[in-house]
Amino acid sequence: MHVDEKTVRRIASLARLKVTDAEAKSLEGELSGILDWVTMLDEVDTKGVEPMTSVEATSLRLREDKVTDGNIGADVTRNAPLKEDNFFVVPKVVE
Amino acid sequence: MQNKASTSAANKPNNLLKGATGEWEVIIGLEVHAQVASKAKLFSGASTTFGAEPNSNVSLVDAAMPGMLPAINGECVAQAVRTGLGLKAQINKRSIFDRKNYFYPDLPQGYQISQYKNPIVGEGTIEIDVDGVTKVIGIERLHLEQDAGKSIHDQHPDYSYVDLNRSGVALMEIVSRPDLRSAKEAQAYVTKLRTILRYLGTCDGDMEKGNMRADVNVSVRRPGAELGTRCEVKNVNSIRFIGQAVDYEARRQIDIIEDGGTIRQETRLFDNAKGETRSMRSKEEAHDYRYFPDPDLLPLEFDQAFIDGLQKGLPELPDEKKARFMAQYGLSAYDASVLVAEKESADYFERVAKGRDGKAAANWMINELFGRINKEGTTIATAPVSDVANNAIIGMISDGTISGAIAKKVFDIAWTTGRDPIEIVDTDGLKQVTDMGAIEKAVDAIITANPDKVEQVKLKPSMLGWFVGQAMKQSGGKANPQQVSDLLKAKLGI
Repeated sequence: MHVDEKTVRRIASLARLKVTDAEAKSLEGELSGILDWVTMLDEVDTKGVEPMTSVEATSLRLREDKVTDGNIGADVTRNAPLKEDNFFVVPKVVE
Repeated sequence: MQNKASTSAANKPNNLLKGATGEWEVIIGLEVHAQVASKAKLFSGASTTFGAEPNSNVSLVDAAMPGMLPAINGECVAQAVRTGLGLKAQINKRSIFDRKNYFYPDLPQGYQISQYKNPIVGEGTIEIDVDGVTKVIGIERLHLEQDAGKSIHDQHPDYSYVDLNRSGVALMEIVSRPDLRSAKEAQAYVTKLRTILRYLGTCDGDMEKGNMRADVNVSVRRPGAELGTRCEVKNVNSIRFIGQAVDYEARRQIDIIEDGGTIRQETRLFDNAKGETRSMRSKEEAHDYRYFPDPDLLPLEFDQAFIDGLQKGLPELPDEKKARFMAQYGLSAYDASVLVAEKESADYFERVAKGRDGKAAANWMINELFGRINKEGTTIATAPVSDVANNAIIGMISDGTISGAIAKKVFDIAWTTGRDPIEIVDTDGLKQVTDMGAIEKAVDAIITANPDKVEQVKLKPSMLGWFVGQAMKQSGGKANPQQVSDLLKAKLGI
């Protein structure tokens, strides 16, 4: 399966990664190689087999509806490059 | 999610919109986001309280700090199941949480935990009444997902401020089938859905706080033709705006097509101030959310006993209550639907109607009480005339202690002074005069004083009303109008 440069650029943009022309070229080959390798799985007959969504055969444990956390605004924003009154401050984003 | 329109939603011709080249049918589907009523968030123990200090209702899970793991709140699951039962929907005992990937500053995880292919609730229905016609609207699904945080753009010219208090709060996304055909129907649907959620106690329905909001999908087509291309108007936050968004968007699309253009599938914003929709220009590229099952979360599973337990605890829902009010109290469909629109007023009505004629109690409540409440801008909970007081007034009308006209006067005094209606009638001497002697005397005086009118009424019996009016006036409204009328008929020989 061949991944072309356009697809590489699209994947990079979705992941918010900056990719140089040289990197894009090399990623074309790498991603194509990875997909070719994974494509081997197509040889397995999975008819009637439900897709596996977790490795454990148990189900989700339910938590009680109790407030047990919060009021740590200063901690939450501690690593933020910019903050004000416990708000995160980010470059303007308006749609 | 707009793929097929149910045949049950056949259009009525009066819903069609006129264009320059003929008639158009509007197809609407709604995705309603309803905040789940719970104390803690969907996957963390932080509080859901509205209006807290910035980032104070945030745990390290909600801020997506590395290494944090989500743990699901059982009450949110129960609320989703209750809502599904209230929508007569299929409950899925096994559902899966997926990651919906996108980047935005108020989404710290870089993905929203949602449900994609296997939602907790499947197909259901909602009945709406528009212009006296009942229509069944299909529900496609209901799934649980996380809310995002909030970005504030007006604090600084160059920066946006991000508050994650909402981040991780549980939402139910309720997706309708494209069965709605007019702004009115869309509004009736959201109103009914809100009523059901409030009865169930699964969402407070507070649209001003953003606890319930809708994405409105609109397309147009020639009646009976293939579905047209749809546009999605995001985050409309009032029932009035939903109507405006539908009308504006339908007209815009019709104009484009009639001018020879084509509709581009896109996401649009609704401008509350201008009442119009606008393209979200930044989205040149179609979204690609790359959904996949969240590896941090196991499948959500529960058994039939869990569902049965919740079913047992459900309250009487609006449709059932309306049917019961019509059967038990003899109310019209209209009166019953007015009273059941809010659970609070339905419960209030039953207290007012206790031991009284149900129809009289409903009329009284809708005309007198609701009329005054609307005029004064108050609510049923804070109205100065209580349920007990209204019950007493209706009792006094039905046993003939006071007339309907006096009852209104008593209600007004009670409203402004807070006095007890029975005490008002006693103290102010407002009891209906049943002493026939006194009434007869007044009637005789009127007849003697108006010989010309007596001649007229013999030719024109509808003049009787004038005599009744005079006699009632003389009694200060305290005579029984029926008795006065009977007496006058006898005396005047008509």
